[in-house]
Amino acid sequence: MQFMLLFSRQGKLRLQKWYVPLSDKEKKKITRELVQTVLARKPKMCSFLEWRDLKIVYKRYASLYFCCAIEDQDNELITLEIIHRYVELLDKYFGSVCELDIIFNFEKAYFILDEFLLGGEAQETSKKNVLKAIEQADLLQENIDFQMRLFAGTVGEVNIAVVVDQ
Amino acid sequence: MSDVVEKTLTALPSLLSLDSQPGSAKLSSTSKLGNLIRGITELTSKHEEEKLIQRELSSIKEQVSSPNTTMRQMKELMVRTIYCEMLGYEASFSYIHAIKLAQQGTVLEKRVGYLAVSLFLNESHELLLLLVNTVLKDLQSTNLIEVCMALTVVSQMFPKDMIPAILPLVEEKLNHPKEIIRRKAVLALYKFYLIAPNQVQHIHNKFRKALCDKDPGVMTASLHIYLQLIQENPEGYKDLTASFVTILKQVVGGKLPMDFNYHSVPAPWLQIQLLRILSLLGKNDQSTSEIMHEVLDESLRRAEMNHNITYAILYECVKCIYTIHPKSDLLEKAAKCIGNFVLSPKINLKYLGLKALTYVVQQDPKLALQHQMTIIECLDHPDLIIKRETLELLFRITNAQNVTVIVEKMLEFLRISGDDHTTIDLVGKVAELAEKYAPDNEWFIETMNTVFSVGGDMMQPDIPNSFLKLLSEGFDSVEEDRKLRLFAVNSYISLLQGTPGKLPQRFLQVISWVLGEYSHLREDLEAAVVLRLLARLLDMKNCSSETKSWVLTAMTKLCEGGSGVSVAQQVSETYSSSLDTVLRQRAQELQYLSQDSELRARVLPRGAGLEPVEVDSSLSFLDGFVSEALAAGAAPYKPPHQRQEELAGTKALSLEPYGLSLPISMSSCSITDRQSPTLLSMSSGLSGDSTDLSHKGGSATLKLDGVKRVWGREGYLSQKEPVEEPAQVEVPSPLRSPSQQGEADSSHSQTPTPTPTPESDQEKQQLASSLFVGLGSQSSVCLMGKSEPTAQRFRRKAKGHSTASSPSEQISNSVVSPHSAVDNLLCNNLLDSNITSELALSSPELTSQPSPGLTTTNGTCDTEAELPDSDIKESEPAVIRDNSVVATDPAPHEAPDRPKDLCLTSHLPAELSGLSHSEISHLCTNQSLELSACHVQKEDSLLLVVFITNSSDSAAQQILVQVDSEELEVSCVCDSPVEEVSSHSVTVCQYSLTVKRPAVHIEVVGMVSYQLANGTSQSAQFSYKLPLTSFIRPLTVSTEEYGTMWLAFSHDTKQNLTLISDSQEPLTATLNVLKRKLQLHVVEIIGMEGIVACRVLQDQPCLMHCRVHAGTLAVWLRSPIPDLPDCLIYHCQRALQGH
Repeated sequence: MQFMLLFSRQGKLRLQKWYVPLSDKEKKKITRELVQTVLARKPKMCSFLEWRDLKIVYKRYASLYFCCAIEDQDNELITLEIIHRYVELLDKYFGSVCELDIIFNFEKAYFILDEFLLGGEAQETSKKNVLKAIEQADLLQENIDFQMRLFAGTVGEVNIAVVVDQ
Repeated sequence: MSDVVEKTLTALPSLLSLDSQPGSAKLSSTSKLGNLIRGITELTSKHEEEKLIQRELSSIKEQVSSPNTTMRQMKELMVRTIYCEMLGYEASFSYIHAIKLAQQGTVLEKRVGYLAVSLFLNESHELLLLLVNTVLKDLQSTNLIEVCMALTVVSQMFPKDMIPAILPLVEEKLNHPKEIIRRKAVLALYKFYLIAPNQVQHIHNKFRKALCDKDPGVMTASLHIYLQLIQENPEGYKDLTASFVTILKQVVGGKLPMDFNYHSVPAPWLQIQLLRILSLLGKNDQSTSEIMHEVLDESLRRAEMNHNITYAILYECVKCIYTIHPKSDLLEKAAKCIGNFVLSPKINLKYLGLKALTYVVQQDPKLALQHQMTIIECLDHPDLIIKRETLELLFRITNAQNVTVIVEKMLEFLRISGDDHTTIDLVGKVAELAEKYAPDNEWFIETMNTVFSVGGDMMQPDIPNSFLKLLSEGFDSVEEDRKLRLFAVNSYISLLQGTPGKLPQRFLQVISWVLGEYSHLREDLEAAVVLRLLARLLDMKNCSSETKSWVLTAMTKLCEGGSGVSVAQQVSETYSSSLDTVLRQRAQELQYLSQDSELRARVLPRGAGLEPVEVDSSLSFLDGFVSEALAAGAAPYKPPHQRQEELAGTKALSLEPYGLSLPISMSSCSITDRQSPTLLSMSSGLSGDSTDLSHKGGSATLKLDGVKRVWGREGYLSQKEPVEEPAQVEVPSPLRSPSQQGEADSSHSQTPTPTPTPESDQEKQQLASSLFVGLGSQSSVCLMGKSEPTAQRFRRKAKGHSTASSPSEQISNSVVSPHSAVDNLLCNNLLDSNITSELALSSPELTSQPSPGLTTTNGTCDTEAELPDSDIKESEPAVIRDNSVVATDPAPHEAPDRPKDLCLTSHLPAELSGLSHSEISHLCTNQSLELSACHVQKEDSLLLVVFITNSSDSAAQQILVQVDSEELEVSCVCDSPVEEVSSHSVTVCQYSLTVKRPAVHIEVVGMVSYQLANGTSQSAQFSYKLPLTSFIRPLTVSTEEYGTMWLAFSHDTKQNLTLISDSQEPLTATLNVLKRKLQLHVVEIIGMEGIVACRVLQDQPCLMHCRVHAGTLAVWLRSPIPDLPDCLIYHCQRALQGH
């Protein structure tokens, strides 16, 4: 996979992950062109696009478009399922995910993506394992928060902190 | 978890001291990002957003550079910066702080730091070097999460040169007890392999260990590496086939933990990866393919659920089945599977079905027939992507009968598609099809007109070039050529009379060239009319200066006659003051040549576009300039390769980090072996910048002709093929209804044909019959390219195929052939020489005989005539070359002289009769005298022997023979000059030749003058050509002597030569050929290197250093004589080619 873009129906970029080294200028140009092309397509149309020498696989979930660029010999259908699996992971993590979750916690969305895809290849396809890895890191965060509050003597705040963090 | 707690506890005191109110900081951070996001959504204009973000960024900038900012605050700032960057605002000031955060933060802050680094930087960013130390530290951390983070960032980006610094640590992680660490380590190694393959070469066995890992996740990760490795070298991993098959069997059989299921399909990612690997391994390999047949069958069978993921697997399965060595029942199942895709109402599946069809149609064209109605529906699909893929499929099944319909569909698509990439690609395909299958001239020119107008200036430059080449080289019939060119002229004249302003520049250039070259073919057209039309182009605003110079050149070719000259004068006046130097040059040319028609006829002879242009590749005309510069103290020129080599020798920068031993990056060393291609020949041609090769390479399409049909539905076809071939002559008539075709088809294959629905309209059926004509069961072979040439109308002449090398070819043959004659005559056996020369003579005659009868059949679609015809064309160059070498080669017209040669040989002076001499060739005849000559190779000299035969009844007196050459020093060997040749006798003059200035072939010119008995004086001129090879003698030196000489010589050249690889020791075999053919002396062969020496008479040494590299022979020649290395390399090339 060459890159993955998440953007809204209004064409606002929500997440971008590039697996090939490109200059910022190129990235911007590609993003602009692709967002335009994909948004112009009608709902019943094919989820695959030939674009330059790449193949674009995209899918819309509610107000959010997920869009991946793959090479010609790659399997389009499995890429569609990669998108789907990523959505499932987000859903599980955030609990019925919506666009706002991704906007306000985009760094979490990146962490999940990095556990799932690494260097453009599917790293771990088992949903359980991906979430386990994320939760372990998050648990650490709670741990520290808890310990810090313990030391500061403000135990009452722990609950709030955990709630906010989740 | 104890590790983690320990780690966090140690980190705590510092945290506490820095952050007095942790809870509130946490809350405000969330709100800061939240505020920013909310602020942006409330804005209405892009301008306001810009202002807000700039304000935000400058506040962030201030905070990050403040020393009081804690890492915790930094983390929050970094998140906001990531957000701003995502919106498209540059925040490069924060990159260094992201690295700092990854370096100094606690685990959580580190996590954000690493994330920011991976989002901000790419692997070529220089700041990434600063991350190396951090990664190194984290890889050694006891905290699993830190190790994970480090591995994650490394798998995404890492500076190539620094890989050795962390490689041992990553390798170590392959043995880590936690599978997540092992998995990430494997992926990191995969990344390393991608960016610097030779850095990880030594750990291939560790990859095998990863493949056998007990954790399926680690094993899956290792497949990424294997896919890459096998793609590059399938032969090296055949032994793993059985393992991959076993793994796939287990996966398909549901042996993996349930975790790996995706929508109750077991590990689909793993399955697809394995299928891709298997198809690479089984390609063109029957025994390997047989191992996987069973598991493929099972995969097909198991994937029956109606879900995308099963289709993904099926698609990969089908591709695999059609890639590996075929098995009939599997193919049948796969074909059925493709049918399910194509007929599916789901558009994504339909698309993939078309794609699969495109993939398999080369092997099984009948499949396209089965689905013809679906294909036609897809051709009118509202979704352009589907349409585009359908055209791709049609492109693969194009033949002479359906080309017009398919090209029309493609052009239709081109007119509605606005995408540049598609246009460029499709225009190339149309041009290719038009050139291959054009039914007639009008269609061809009109189609190409559309290609040029639609393709505009985006299309590949080789399309107009190859079109012009096609026009100028012509085909086999002169009349056809004329008609085609005339049609083009007519068509362009009418285009120019319309509104040429809309035409793209490239098209205008083509038009100007064609009009300049061929408008004289139209007799009713005055040159002045064309000139005026062309002059109009110059006045157009959008006319580029490149186009203008094409136009001016065309005008130069045309300016003749009264009114024409005045137009030309006017134009040249306007442009002779142009600021563009090229235009000014062209205008000057136009001015002078339009005034001097005689000069013009010499400079631009009509129809001479194809005369080979000789190129002095050694640039010897610059020698004077160079020696002057050297005398003035300039540094001697070193070719790039030599400079590279010297640079690589003294690699200054040491990249050794932190005491770890670091091998010098292999990748940077590999630059040294760049070859320096000295192109010895150039095609004349139009603009001369494109050759056939570039055209083929340019269009990234699967080339079908020449592809052997190895297999089909019935299984392996290699034995059947020759039997089937004649049957294809019968071409199904275009009127055959699709249903009939369907019948023929289903009788052939057992799969049911979807019968066209009764309501499907007449129009579609007609379209179907015109599209799928020529795809019937019998003519199916025709797709495999075997019969393609039959339909190919615009086939280039044989010489067109090798335009790039043809001029040199002609020269070379004059060089090589006398040599073989020399070899044959070594024993000086008269009888033998007679036989060989007669053999050489008879072959061109025999082959050229049938050609007049057959060339007339060209251009028709006659299959039977084509095959022998093409044979003849192959032999045509042979005829040409024999004729071109008048001096040394026995050409057919010399046949009557043959007995005389025999006699002349006997006149060779006795002391020369034991030496090898060349063929005696005729020089000139004048009245009663006839001159012939040959050269005799002596050990230390080369003798030119001139035979003067007097066949008249009276004696010729006061004979004076003068021989001279620019490249040679000629001295007469005779004791006393010949003065008289009595009647019916032969006299011999000898001249000793030594090389003054080396050249590829050396010409001797001479004049003979004499007086007849009646007192009238006569004279005649002659010339004689010799190859440089006749002057080459071995130079016997020792390796040490060679070494000192090598350093002393200044002129050198470097080139890669063909290696004769059919023997055990390619280097020795190649050098032996050179030794035998060119009389070089092989000084020594050490391993893959060899040194060779020779001298050119008298004493001009040339040294050669050979090295076997990447399947070729890298040769480096040095000599004190300027042109010698270039000339010699040329002969080496020829000697090896002729081998």
